[in-house]
Amino acid sequence: MELDEAIEGSRLALSRALTLVENGLSFSTEEDGMVIGVTGAPGVGKSCLVDRIATSLAKDGIKVAILAVDPSSPVSGGALLGDRIRMQSADVDDLIYMRSLATRGESGAVPSVIGNMTNLLKECGWKHIIVETVGSGQAEFKIAAVADTILLVEAPGRGDSIQAEKAGIIELVDLIAVNKSDLPQAEAAASDIEQALSAGSKDIPVMLVSAQTGDGVSELVQKILETEGQSMTRPKWREKLNSEWMRQLNSHPDLESMLDGLEEGSLNLDEAINNLRR
Amino acid sequence: MTYSRVAIHFNERLCVWVMPKPLRIVIAKPGLDGHDRGAKVVARCLRDAGHEVIYTGLRRTPEQIVRTVMDEDADLLGLSSLSGAHGHLFPRTCQLLAEADLTHVVVFGGGIIPEEDRQSLFDAGMRAIFGPGTTSEEINSFVDEVSSRLQQEESIGSGEENDWRWGA
Ligand SMILES: Nc1nc2c(ncn2[C@@H]2O[C@H](COP(=O)(O)OP(=O)(O)OP(=O)(O)O)[C@@H](O)[C@H]2O)c(=O)[nH]1
Ligand SMILES: [Mg+2]
Repeated sequence: MELDEAIEGSRLALSRALTLVENGLSFSTEEDGMVIGVTGAPGVGKSCLVDRIATSLAKDGIKVAILAVDPSSPVSGGALLGDRIRMQSADVDDLIYMRSLATRGESGAVPSVIGNMTNLLKECGWKHIIVETVGSGQAEFKIAAVADTILLVEAPGRGDSIQAEKAGIIELVDLIAVNKSDLPQAEAAASDIEQALSAGSKDIPVMLVSAQTGDGVSELVQKILETEGQSMTRPKWREKLNSEWMRQLNSHPDLESMLDGLEEGSLNLDEAINNLRR
Repeated sequence: MTYSRVAIHFNERLCVWVMPKPLRIVIAKPGLDGHDRGAKVVARCLRDAGHEVIYTGLRRTPEQIVRTVMDEDADLLGLSSLSGAHGHLFPRTCQLLAEADLTHVVVFGGGIIPEEDRQSLFDAGMRAIFGPGTTSEEINSFVDEVSSRLQQEESIGSGEENDWRWGA
């Protein structure tokens, strides 16, 4: 069926199999790969930069899959997935596979199915996978559950954002790209960020790039590739463990009956947890 | 939302959960005209009706559109053209879909498309053509009807034999 054909290299079968996984099929793999999470506030240029990174990898003969996440409307449940507008090479190169995803009502910036989708892609020979997240605050943590390397994209003109909103995510970040280096304020923004980081314990490279002109992109790609096998730090393992724990809890066959027990008062929380652990 | 838990094991590592799936709709702009207000209005209207809409941006070739439809595993494709090139670009897209084994995709079109051009587009496999001034209600009714026909496993893709078309 689809899966065997997908593993043999059929793009059409891969797409259909990804839909099955997106709709809840779980999938695990023994294959290695590299999942690059790209995060950052709305409008900093994540999609444009992902397009550049993918093109650069493809030029070296590396297959790249892109998963771009946009929010679902909480009202209708529908979604407008517009990242392709800024990814002009996503539909021309055989070495680039691009899939848009909606958050489908999950609160995180990254739907929990993404781990399964990246597993399937790896199994089908797509070893380099870029995940563009919804750029919004706290939910960004979830990217660490699936990504090996996390790239935070910043842009000039966003003030003191780095200290304030990124305090939490920063310990998960491997690289910072200050995009729009073609704009005059970019260098100042980069040094502000470096300054802010110098207080911390972690040495995070800050790189100036322009997704518009392509300046700095090949250096950035080089740095990203260098993180392979180096980036799985303790805070990332913590996020992964957390999210796997939650996943197992939420898919536990006895979850509903434990909730029934709690609701009826026949169980207390400790008892419910003990039962679920068994 | 209700989830029916159907666990099917194959290849020893798969387990299926069946749940309601939103329709995935690609809205694409083939051709060289730079006006996508109409396409964006349609995209938003379909999102507000609960569908997942992928918008391609301007000036995509039929080949690029088919690649997008394949990668996104879309159920429907909406083509918008104001340049007058629909007579060539729409049937060409349908033809490429068929060549890519995407005959099941339901294709509809919109834009400035004279009445006398429409029959040949339907003959090419398109299931609806919407002119300027089409209301969101009408587009949503079309997609609802497509949805219920698909649920009944009717073959209404652009490359499948079927006389049904919207408004006939
Ligand atoms: N000047 C300049 N503009 C850029 C650059 N990169 C992106 N932009 C512009 O920034 C805007 C946002 O770009 P996107 O790539 O859509 O940004 P994003 O972070 O993906 O946005 P969301 O997905 O909405 O969160 C667009 O208008 C781009 O043209 C750059 O290097 N220089
Ligand atoms: Mg984007």
